[in-house]
Amino acid sequence: MANATPVMEAIDETLAGKRPVFEVVYEWATTVDHKKIGLMYIFLALIFLIVAGIEAILMRIQLAVPNNHFISPQVFNQLFTMHGTTMVFFMGMPILFGFGNYLVPLMIGARDMAFPRLNAFSFWISAFGGLLLYFSYFGASGLYGAGSAPDVGWFAYAPLTAKVFSPGHSTDYWTLSLLLSGIGTIGTALNIVTTTICMRCRGMTMMRLPLLVWLFLITSCMVFIAIGPLTAAQIMLTLDRYIGAHFFDTQAGGSAVLWMHYFWIFGHPEVYILVLPAFAFVNEIVPVFSRKAIFGYPAMVAATVAIGFISLSVWAHHMFTVGLGAAGNTFFVFATMVISVPTGIKIFNWLATIWGGKIHFATPMIFCVGFLFQFLIAGLTGIMLSAAPFDWQLSASYFVVAHFHYVLVGAIVFALFAAFYYWYPKVTGRMMSETLGKWHFWLFLIGFHLTFDFMHVPGLLGMPRRIYTYEAGRGWEMWNLIVGIGAIFQVVGTVCFIFNLIRSCFRGEIAGHDPWDAWTLEWATPSPPPSYNFAIEPTVHSRRPLWDLKHPEDPDSDYE
Amino acid sequence: MLVLSITASIFLIVGGLLLYALIRFRHRSTDSDREPPQIYGSDQIELAWTVIPILIVVMLFLSTARVILGTERISKPTSALDVTVIGHQFWWEYRYPKFGVVTANELHVPTSDPGNPTPTYLKMSSADVSHSFWVPRLAGKMDLIPNRVNTMWIDPEQPGLYLGQCAQYCGTQHAKMLLRVYAQTPEDFAAWIKQQQKSASQDLSSNTAAVEGQTVFLHNACINCHTVAGTIATGRFGPDLTHLASRDTLASGPIQNTPENLKNWISDPNSMKPGALMPSMHLSGHDLDAVTAYLITLH
Repeated sequence: MANATPVMEAIDETLAGKRPVFEVVYEWATTVDHKKIGLMYIFLALIFLIVAGIEAILMRIQLAVPNNHFISPQVFNQLFTMHGTTMVFFMGMPILFGFGNYLVPLMIGARDMAFPRLNAFSFWISAFGGLLLYFSYFGASGLYGAGSAPDVGWFAYAPLTAKVFSPGHSTDYWTLSLLLSGIGTIGTALNIVTTTICMRCRGMTMMRLPLLVWLFLITSCMVFIAIGPLTAAQIMLTLDRYIGAHFFDTQAGGSAVLWMHYFWIFGHPEVYILVLPAFAFVNEIVPVFSRKAIFGYPAMVAATVAIGFISLSVWAHHMFTVGLGAAGNTFFVFATMVISVPTGIKIFNWLATIWGGKIHFATPMIFCVGFLFQFLIAGLTGIMLSAAPFDWQLSASYFVVAHFHYVLVGAIVFALFAAFYYWYPKVTGRMMSETLGKWHFWLFLIGFHLTFDFMHVPGLLGMPRRIYTYEAGRGWEMWNLIVGIGAIFQVVGTVCFIFNLIRSCFRGEIAGHDPWDAWTLEWATPSPPPSYNFAIEPTVHSRRPLWDLKHPEDPDSDYE
Repeated sequence: MLVLSITASIFLIVGGLLLYALIRFRHRSTDSDREPPQIYGSDQIELAWTVIPILIVVMLFLSTARVILGTERISKPTSALDVTVIGHQFWWEYRYPKFGVVTANELHVPTSDPGNPTPTYLKMSSADVSHSFWVPRLAGKMDLIPNRVNTMWIDPEQPGLYLGQCAQYCGTQHAKMLLRVYAQTPEDFAAWIKQQQKSASQDLSSNTAAVEGQTVFLHNACINCHTVAGTIATGRFGPDLTHLASRDTLASGPIQNTPENLKNWISDPNSMKPGALMPSMHLSGHDLDAVTAYLITLH
């Protein structure tokens, strides 16, 4: 029991003919256990990661050489729309919420989420949202009656989405799938907030919450504020397209800028909704592998709250070239630059946590190290872009693409990989292979830097984003070729990772309940945890309950 | 530059400290099993690395704000040239109201010298979806948004051809909505204006193919979209063709303007630029030759 994952158990029993497939599927489809739902979120996200990754590779092949005819402009435009939408809504958010679902109740000593049924509903409606998006390939009436994917960009600027410019139903699939997944996201966020506030075990005061839980709490609060405008905008756009409401239809006097405001009021907090959980993983992993308590816990909490608030007031930095006027631009420059202060505090505190420690470079830690450097660079190019005159030149160029992939891949994906290697033993009861993990890390790291370091250059040389091809002779060829080669390295690295995930499930070393000698409550349960999590509800006296148990001579509780 | 040097030095300092810490404090096999001393935080240190970044941010912000406000305050010299830019899927329309000249895809502007500035002021809007005007070597970008007029100015000092392209995703052929800005000396520019002001409906009687081509042009749907000054063709949807033959390129940049390319373009625009909104006119080979013969006379 302690050695098998629920997944493996199910596979074994089905293969051995003990249980019919139907019964296993039925069990998973109807489960309300937060751990199973979390795993399903992660599984769903990995599928979409593969799909969106293939889309990215196709685009990089197309752009590797100038004047390429590998794919048509229509297909390319669909690919970047689907890649962006999938990665943000059906890979990023589900995978983070998957981890949140799995970890938050365990870390606060609860037996389940506050609303288990809502939790299952949220997962399924998000999953159906993703399916609906891809169903557009069959279901949407494209221009000549064939199915067609949305091709208006993941930002779907008005009035390109108006019926005149986007005939057929592909854009409708886009709006409806985001509406559905938005409902699921809000449900999960509600669940996480309620669980954190109401279901903590005895002694777990707010200032003793593991930082991961704090960050998921803030993220969930941001979801409430950010997803609302997105959902409203989707409804307005649908009304425009179906009953001629003219919110965004400029041909009838609607406003294109209104859409931008709605979209980015959602869109910028969204970046932090994705990045805060990544911070959360780093907050848990860096101390354990440095063998030190996190430095400046209250400051970390305060910085997170500050990021949450400030991130709601920076959206128009996506609109510096819209002509909002000097006053508007100046305000958003300020708000955007200010957010670097709490973010800087986090980086400094991680640095101080490492300082004076005994750093073990296991796979989760090396991914965190990659995260620290790459996030530093991402933040600094972000400050550069926040200076509006700089942005007038480089917005919508490949410099921006490089910058935000530094955040999304260099920081978030690296933190996610760290999280996989760190919590895999808890979930499956087995360790992931360290050798494969190192291969994965180095291949992916080389690929990442080849791709996204060199993507800054064509941006500086005037290459705009979202173009399906370009003329030779503008100095962009070599850089695009390097970027394409980097993408291949990333694919090989990811294949190592997925192979490792599957292989370790069967062959991995048995983990035991606390393989990393960690300090938070999830490591007090067996691996994998039983469906009720804790046989006896735990009582805690400090931020690191397992430290107190392991070091009775020097308990943490004395220092709080 | 200030922004760049500050971010670069932050990167070197913080990155260097991180690297140092990772090497200095790595776990060695000779280490004892004891946990390192636990440090929970320090109010002074944390205060320092909150206040110093705030000061840096304020400095960066003030210098940025000065540039933003300065850009807006620069007064417009009387010698400035006004040009209206209208973005279309997927081409550019340029209007010179002072000279009564309308052209497409190739913007001609005079060079400006600091002693006697003649900047070009661009009043920009869009006829359909959002576009963005970006010629990296001349200025930053500015969006062209329907129902809205944005302005910016450029003042190239060196004559020459400046390349750019649409920077806001605007549909299928966003990639080939290229920009060509020809900066010319004031004399060359005046000559160009003079030539553009001439009527294109010159006497064609000596060129029978062209006369025939004109008839084909005026009796087909061409005139619904295109204008040729001095004829009944006054369409506004496509580029103004009055001086088509004086342009270097077709289809907003990607195709050289040769009679051969022009003919292929008219017979099947979508094979040269998939997603272009000009339909194939299905002309017979004879009519196609004639129309081409006519269009290449439009200097």
